[in-house]
Amino acid sequence: MLRRLPYLLPLIVLAGLAGYFWSGLGRDPNTLPSVLIDQPLPELALPPIAGRERGLVTADLKGQVSLLNIFGSWCVACQAEHPFLMQLKAEGRVPIHGINWRERDADAGPAWLKRLGDPYTLIGADPDSRAAIALGVTGAPETFIIDAAGVIRYKHIGPITKDIWEKKLWPIVERLRRG
Amino acid sequence: MTVELGHFALVLALLVAIVQGTVPLRGAARGSEPLMAVGRTAALAQFLLVLLAFLSLMNAYVQSDFSVLNVAQNSHSAKPLLYKIAGTWGNHEGSMLLWVLILALFGAALALFGSGLPQALKARALGVQAWVGVGFYLFILLTSNPFARLDPPPLDGQGLNPLLQDPGLAFHPPFLYLGYVGFSMAYAFAVAALIGGRVDPGWARWVRPWTLAAWIFLTIGIVLGSWWAYYELGWGGWWYWDPVENASLIPWLAGTALLHSAIVVEKRDALKGWTVFLALVTFGFSLLGTFLVRSGVLTSVHAFAQDPARGVFILLLLLLFAGGGFALFAWRGPRLAGGGLFRPISREGSLLFNNLVLSVAAATVLLGTLYPLLLESMGGGKVSVGPPFFNRIFVPLMLPLIAAMAIGPMLAWKRGDLGQAMKRLMVAAGAALAATAAVSAILGSIEPAGVLGLALAAWLLTGTLAELAQRIRLFAVPLAESLRRLKGVPLGAWGMTLAHAGFALMIAGMTGSQVWRQEATLVMHPGTAVAFAGFEVGFDGVASVPGPNYIAERGRFTIRDGKRVVAQLEPEKRRYPVEGRETTEAAIRTTAWGDLYLAVGDARDDGARVVRLYFNPLMLWLWFGAAVMVAGGGLSVLDRRLRLGAPKRVRTGAVPAAARS
Repeated sequence: MLRRLPYLLPLIVLAGLAGYFWSGLGRDPNTLPSVLIDQPLPELALPPIAGRERGLVTADLKGQVSLLNIFGSWCVACQAEHPFLMQLKAEGRVPIHGINWRERDADAGPAWLKRLGDPYTLIGADPDSRAAIALGVTGAPETFIIDAAGVIRYKHIGPITKDIWEKKLWPIVERLRRG
Repeated sequence: MTVELGHFALVLALLVAIVQGTVPLRGAARGSEPLMAVGRTAALAQFLLVLLAFLSLMNAYVQSDFSVLNVAQNSHSAKPLLYKIAGTWGNHEGSMLLWVLILALFGAALALFGSGLPQALKARALGVQAWVGVGFYLFILLTSNPFARLDPPPLDGQGLNPLLQDPGLAFHPPFLYLGYVGFSMAYAFAVAALIGGRVDPGWARWVRPWTLAAWIFLTIGIVLGSWWAYYELGWGGWWYWDPVENASLIPWLAGTALLHSAIVVEKRDALKGWTVFLALVTFGFSLLGTFLVRSGVLTSVHAFAQDPARGVFILLLLLLFAGGGFALFAWRGPRLAGGGLFRPISREGSLLFNNLVLSVAAATVLLGTLYPLLLESMGGGKVSVGPPFFNRIFVPLMLPLIAAMAIGPMLAWKRGDLGQAMKRLMVAAGAALAATAAVSAILGSIEPAGVLGLALAAWLLTGTLAELAQRIRLFAVPLAESLRRLKGVPLGAWGMTLAHAGFALMIAGMTGSQVWRQEATLVMHPGTAVAFAGFEVGFDGVASVPGPNYIAERGRFTIRDGKRVVAQLEPEKRRYPVEGRETTEAAIRTTAWGDLYLAVGDARDDGARVVRLYFNPLMLWLWFGAAVMVAGGGLSVLDRRLRLGAPKRVRTGAVPAAARS
């Protein structure tokens, strides 16, 4: 039996991996449960990005339902998402706040917003990932829905598209608004 | 040629594959020659049918037939022809069709060129290959049909992601797939050998060229992808440890280990169980790579399709093939008794060491890629495993491997003399020291990582050349005699020399571009100049230039070295109106010493531009080294010894593959 063990090992390891993948597949990658769902937003006090007066403080997000979007000028998917955020802002449906994550250069974020337009009400700069770690961010873009009490209600991973917005995010925002 | 014809051909290919997966296996079990011969015909028929299916889809792309859903979603009439063709595989469905086309191509190649193989082994290998095909045909037909129609057809298509509209990337997926799928041959041979219960030097000799071919293609694919990332993404880097990049690196590492361990089986009839295991696991990793990219289990920049149904299907295929192979291995593996014994210090020992390090490296990359999800699924919160992890674990792992790479070929089989080998490597040690001294002197400071990297590169390059010199007894016998011997060096040995030397050059390139890289992001006004990396970079201005399906903003930069103009660089920013996206086209001035790399960014209101400047020392060495390494692989494949496989008398089928050397 002991002699056979090395030959059995690959099968055993594979079985373990398979179980792990299986659990990974059951979940939609966009709704990976975050431990932070239904938890109050962590205390953030982020400085403003260049060219803005106000940064982003957790207390400012209380009072109404809002989106908190993690973005960076280095992130291709954020650029893909960006026109839709601009559209949301133009429609004025919900305030969008931003966390400008992991910019190597303090001017890169502002320059990016200047070129593509700025959909954000408040922006906090997070060059060293403090806020991103507190929020359990896996990558950009990522968007949290924060309710009026400042509690995280939903987390969307990846760019927001029209389809995702209408089918998933907007219904949640509406539900939260109704209370 | 309509796509319906292609669809029909694909269904037929599935049926043919089912025949190919049953009849020859039955024939091999019974020893019936006519039944086994069905495999050859079926493999050829299967290939022609899939080719027809693929061509019909490609035709729809070239004709811009937007009544085909896949074409409408991924193409556009204004796209250049090259990208219309490349668009065929620039999407999930089409790329899976390419996957099975290549699978069938390898099957057909085995059917055509495998005449030297024992008939039962060939029949079984073709049968196993066919089952892999059946799995993927079902996958395409059931979950990712590229032939679906759209009614009513749109006036024009939605276009192909502009990032993918690039010659480097047009050919990156086919090569990557040639590599991934090529390892299915090693897998088929391993399973066939396990069914037949026999692994011998002859077997290793047949497996090696297929593995080598797959390895060459995978190497080209990875390098093309890396090169593309380098000049297209505009960030000056060439490897990002992105999950999808890792997914291709893992089978590459395992495949490299397989190439080396197969040598031991071939020459010494040892390490058999291990080699079979590597053959199984390498293809398993290739499937895993496909799974990771296709399923969206890992969110990555270039995950194509995130569809759980597809993910489940590929996972099932992965389980079936890897699990089936491993189960067979658990059952039959213990019978693969090892042959030749050897001392730790010997050629076998060094190859085993190579295998050990490469396997640990593959496992490390696998772990780093999967760990974030693993932790999450255990409720441990989220972590991000980035380049720091890989650089800290992977790079130190490679160091002893590189050090041993020069020594291994110097050792004799069975029992080597380390002292003797080291004596012969004095030159290499000298070169490493000289490189250290030279680098320190030129730069005036010692950067430990950089010095170590370049010293190892010099050590490996000189050590590899010293081995060749040793082989032809350079300076020990008259020069004419050495030249005569040089002609007699077998292609396989040349292949090893080139591949190892190429790797040495790559190490130099990696070290230079990682350790001494300079970068700056500046806001520049037209007409101004900055000093960067010993150059004066003058920004002349920006002009709008129309392209076939994009509008480019082309910056003009004059690069001066002192007073002399050395280059005019024109980086672009392209806007693709159809897709509504932008890409950067970096401008690169390449010299042997390094790449000056410019990317132009956004305009500010006052006309100034954000400009990113990089200087990547020795970058060219990386690409050149990779080319040399691939050329080395190519020479090895051409080695007569491998091509001939075995004497023709095996054809009678009665004589089992005996050990020949």
